[in-house]
Amino acid sequence: MDYASAEMAEGTEQSGDGLAKAIDPTQLGPAAPSPAPFATPTVFKIENLTAYYGKAPAVRDVSFDVPGNQVTAIIGPSGCGKSTFIRCLNRMNDVVPGFHTDGSIYFHGIDLQGKDVDPVNVRRQIGMVFQRPNPFPKSIFDNIAYGLRILGMKDNLQDRVEHALKRAALWEEVKDRLKDSALALSGGQQQRLCIARAIAIEPEVILLDEPASALDPISTASIEDLMHELKNDYTIVIVTHNMQQAARVADMTAFFSLSEVVDGRRAGVLVEYDRTDKIFTTPADKRTEDYVTGRFG
Amino acid sequence: MSTRVEPPYSLGSERLRRRKAVNVVMEVMATLAALLAVAVLVIVVVSVLKKGIGAINLDFFTQTTTSSFGFGGPTSSGIANAIVGSLVIVFFAVLMALPVGILAAIFLNEFASPRLRAPLQLALDVLNGIPAIVIGIFVFVLLVIGSGQSALKASFALAILMLPLVARSTQEVLALVPDSLREASLALGAAKWRTTLSIVLPQAVGGIITGATLATARIAGETAPLLFTSSLVTNDVNWSPTHPLMTMPYFIFYASESADPTLQEQAWATALVLIAFVLVASTIARYLGLRSRRRRTGKR
Repeated sequence: MDYASAEMAEGTEQSGDGLAKAIDPTQLGPAAPSPAPFATPTVFKIENLTAYYGKAPAVRDVSFDVPGNQVTAIIGPSGCGKSTFIRCLNRMNDVVPGFHTDGSIYFHGIDLQGKDVDPVNVRRQIGMVFQRPNPFPKSIFDNIAYGLRILGMKDNLQDRVEHALKRAALWEEVKDRLKDSALALSGGQQQRLCIARAIAIEPEVILLDEPASALDPISTASIEDLMHELKNDYTIVIVTHNMQQAARVADMTAFFSLSEVVDGRRAGVLVEYDRTDKIFTTPADKRTEDYVTGRFG
Repeated sequence: MSTRVEPPYSLGSERLRRRKAVNVVMEVMATLAALLAVAVLVIVVVSVLKKGIGAINLDFFTQTTTSSFGFGGPTSSGIANAIVGSLVIVFFAVLMALPVGILAAIFLNEFASPRLRAPLQLALDVLNGIPAIVIGIFVFVLLVIGSGQSALKASFALAILMLPLVARSTQEVLALVPDSLREASLALGAAKWRTTLSIVLPQAVGGIITGATLATARIAGETAPLLFTSSLVTNDVNWSPTHPLMTMPYFIFYASESADPTLQEQAWATALVLIAFVLVASTIARYLGLRSRRRRTGKR
């Protein structure tokens, strides 16, 4: 008990002044002691998840727990099922023909694949930001207001939009042109708009699928800042193929890789899951070590 | 140091001359083909204009067709009833075909499983390929025999022709809407129908209007189905869709066969009106398509 509260206090302190440290892009390693990942309750409990496109498994037998109010990074080489996996967490793969899963994902103890679970409600609680910025071809204001309107959060629309844009560190840049098309924004601004859009509807979790891969380094840094800021209020899961990014932003890191050939196919598997500093300094698995030291992938 | 080293290869080619010649020949042939296509249009328009322009005056639009085709009827006559009939029949055809066509396209593109999509698309393409006269006979047997002709039955026949045109053109523009926008909306907790209504359709509306306008222009000139469904006509201006109505294509068909040179000239003039209608419609369609594309890309 004492241990846990001490860790918690350390965690709070960390996130308080962690912002300045996080901005520094030269900080490649996990120099800062990572906060206590297990002091927060588990949000996702993934058990033996196997995800198929048709007959071919894209991800096989993945089990781990995602803690709340932390940033969990999923790293790994291309084609190892990182995106497939993260899209399982809010049932975005439902729209892919032939997609199905075995195993379970428990969200606060509820099986997300359960028969009486409405994917629309799942996605309302678990928001997502995609690899490429995908603002609606509407005004900046309407991009944020869209989600609020369809969910009936129409009271104080103006305030909610402003609040979301402020949380996404975009307000100062766009406050005078809310009526302009969102497509006129730069790539980095568009991606922050997409984050603002996701947090406007007050979800509990935000999933980010390689949110910075199409952005320049400065925009990337601002998105990473944002994640440190947001984890106080949200649980964040981020897919990235950029190891430095994982080291900079994540509390926990899951390393995915391709399995050996089974039935003539390779599938993505979870190799190792641990605190980010452990993954990057003293990984338990040889494959993780090879990957994070750049010998592979 | 001015010794020139001859390279071990030659950059010239014996085939260069031949290649250039082939190039010129191909270019000339392609240009001629393009000119031919334009020339056909010009010849048609010019000859219609030349033969029909003489009959165009105010009376032509305000008077009705004469009852005594080719037997020296009153000199002052026009196609007012044919224009009205065409308007009524096309209006109801669009009313029937547009919602069904657009909804079918939405189903095909947004909701149908890939296994269902292919045969449905094929069905629409086959329907598109059925000759107009076959549709005419079909509607004649199905609806006209026993109860007589009416404008609504003509509209129904034209709607069958229009349906695949609308459905396929709509489906093509829906397919152009990027999936990333659908995902963005779904990820915000929007239901599928909501996403389709609020995100996909507004994106596609310009293209849908363009397709619908072109389809309308296309069916407005159809004649064969009208022979079966709206050809026992009077010469009064009549807006009632329950009566068979005179139409422009049917008048052209009828009057051009006449021995009376006045009627023949009127047939050409009617053709001119039809062509003008198609031209105006496709210009509007083009303008709307362009405007929505500009709005989509965020440029002003």
